[in-house]
Amino acid sequence: MIAILVPDLGDGITKVEVASWHKREGEAVVKDDDLVELVTDKASFNIPAPVSGILRKIHYPAGGEAVVGSLLGEIA
Amino acid sequence: MNFFDLGTIDHQAAFLRQKALVVDVANGSPDALILCEHPKTLTFGRKFHEANLFVPEAELAGRGFLLVRADRGGDVTLHAPGQLVLYPIIDLKRACCGLKGYLRKLEQVAVDLLDDFGIVAKGDDGNRGVWIGQKKIASIGIGVSRWVTYHGMGLNISTDLSLFRVIRPCGLDVAMTSLCEELKRPVLMDEVKQKVIGHFKRVFG
Repeated sequence: MIAILVPDLGDGITKVEVASWHKREGEAVVKDDDLVELVTDKASFNIPAPVSGILRKIHYPAGGEAVVGSLLGEIA
Repeated sequence: MNFFDLGTIDHQAAFLRQKALVVDVANGSPDALILCEHPKTLTFGRKFHEANLFVPEAELAGRGFLLVRADRGGDVTLHAPGQLVLYPIIDLKRACCGLKGYLRKLEQVAVDLLDDFGIVAKGDDGNRGVWIGQKKIASIGIGVSRWVTYHGMGLNISTDLSLFRVIRPCGLDVAMTSLCEELKRPVLMDEVKQKVIGHFKRVFG
């Protein structure tokens, strides 16, 4: 399993909103393709897939809030 | 760094140009800056609240506004002729600045430009954008894909400020201003663009 974590966006940003997942659980993902969109006050931040594989688990669905370092999902 | 002056261009066309550049930059091309103006357009960011629109959407379309849902942060904002729009396409991994550091640099470009005209302005970590006292002259909303930025900043040079009356800009009860409004004289957009490119190279170089 490869973990998809909320990255440190720098300078004290601690919490982000999960705006949308570009893939559903069970779908294939390609390395570097945008996988999940996080939103802070002024930025929409797309997290790319760290590896190619299958998106096995989404831990924070759209609309949820996650803190930096949280496990957003897993690819296998 | 590559600079692209697209003149006056539709929001969607400029968006497609940005997305193409994002792919180039993510694949190793130099960072880029698009400079342009848009026709009268309202864009709604990911943090848009309906209450910040004072006129129904159908009526706005009738009044000649283009309406766009944008994949950027922030609430509602207005673009119109006379507003210089900057779309930096910057690889944040290469730039080695966090998100907040990037936003501060973007604000700094506008602060430095205004300083050229003898105007004291500042960014604000609490309410992003560029401010002259309590008045706002530039609004910011960005997107990031593959660690590369798109969308950016709208800086009012000679914008018709009455157009802002249809919205609560960025969801804030603030007065908007422009460079011409502050100087009480006309300013050439081309002169502003040249100065902005100079400051951009220095701040992001």
